[in-house]
Amino acid sequence: MALEAPGQRILLPVNVGFMVLTILGALVFDLLPWPTMRGVPDLLALVLAFWCIREPRRMGIAIPFLLGLVMDAANGVLMGQHALAYSVLAFLATTISRRVLWFGLLPQALHVLAILLLAQTIMVLVRMIVGGPFPGFSYFVGSFISAALWPLMSAVLLAPQRRPETVDETRPI
Amino acid sequence: MDRSPPSFFNRGPAPVVRLTFFALASILLMATDARFRYMEPLRQALSTIVYPLQRTALAPVESAGRIGDYFESVADLQRDNNELRAEKLRDAQDLLTLQSLRAENAQLRGLLHARERARPDAIFAEIIYAGRDPFSRTVIVDKGATQGVERGQPVIDTTGLVGQVTRVQPLVSEVTLVTHKDHSIPVQVVRNGLRAVAFGAGDGASLELRFLSANADVQNEDLVVTSGIDGVYPPGLPVGKVVRIDRDATQSFARILIAPAAGTGQHRAVLVLRPRAETPPYPVVEEEPAKKAPKAKRNVRRNQR
Repeated sequence: MALEAPGQRILLPVNVGFMVLTILGALVFDLLPWPTMRGVPDLLALVLAFWCIREPRRMGIAIPFLLGLVMDAANGVLMGQHALAYSVLAFLATTISRRVLWFGLLPQALHVLAILLLAQTIMVLVRMIVGGPFPGFSYFVGSFISAALWPLMSAVLLAPQRRPETVDETRPI
Repeated sequence: MDRSPPSFFNRGPAPVVRLTFFALASILLMATDARFRYMEPLRQALSTIVYPLQRTALAPVESAGRIGDYFESVADLQRDNNELRAEKLRDAQDLLTLQSLRAENAQLRGLLHARERARPDAIFAEIIYAGRDPFSRTVIVDKGATQGVERGQPVIDTTGLVGQVTRVQPLVSEVTLVTHKDHSIPVQVVRNGLRAVAFGAGDGASLELRFLSANADVQNEDLVVTSGIDGVYPPGLPVGKVVRIDRDATQSFARILIAPAAGTGQHRAVLVLRPRAETPPYPVVEEEPAKKAPKAKRNVRRNQR
């Protein structure tokens, strides 16, 4: 079933190499040259939120912080803008990780939407404090698209950890 | 007795403590980056690390473009070729006269003992990214410090001024477009030589002439070029065309909007111009003569009586 709570299934332990690979993939996606950045989902933020919720002990806040710095350098924006937003995002995702996995995928997506919007709001506030213009509400569309991608993202990122559906009667567990 | 939990359960500092630490670190970074330029080495190191990833991200886009080029039909190419040939013929006349005009200009400038206008030479660059930061109008081009790009160099395309190099990294550099809100260019109206300063209008698509009085002699369709008095931009580069003038009687300044001449959002190929020859230093008014000046004036007046 698509909307079953994934927290209730027993999954295989996560492969750290796969985590690194997905995070790098999301980073490359974020570095793609778009004609305009309006409505382009911040896939890196989404993947970081995902792993912070699934594997809070492995992620911590340091990795999102460093990736935020990388994003700042690559985009040529104020150093620390993405770092701050991603740190807060990681903290919130870690905090709700115990609770949110008991919900179905749609309520999970709503939780994640709130976190992503907050991260974007932090970036807007930071830029407006340094004297940038308000980019308009269309800037936030990317978060909604990201949140809409959440069910798909969970399915793809959890795929390597799923056990085969057929029940093996001879298995001890 | 040691009551702390065994290291088996040790999970490090609490999440709130970690968040506080990293949030403070990023706020510190932002403050130093916004106020000073101490962050440049860190930024350069990080951007060099990310460069392979950037190229990876760019590869599919580039190859898609190449495939598109390959399948461009022969008819299109022939039409382009014919147009270019006609354009070349049209320009040939101007080019022929340009040679003699350049010589004549040098001669006249020599007669006037005026400084020779340096012909800037240029670095060809390609835009890799456009508009990654929704808050500012910048593009990243694929030439950096190793190719001799320096901060402050003007950037043009085939139709006019695109912007100015504002940040140089080893392999790429960042160009602030003329439409950026805080970007200003000293300009001149071609029709009457009126000098002004053009700023980005903040909407990302046009420029505005600020601080011109409400009755300033500017008309729609007026061509605006760089005046070259700042020593950064060579004189005579097309900046744009006046498209709208609001003369509000209640305000002391007119609101004059300019559409940029360069395709600030379209082109991929640009030229980074090398700076002009050294300009003489800006005259600095010293404190001492300023105090004496009124006295001298009084003396002159007395003498006149």
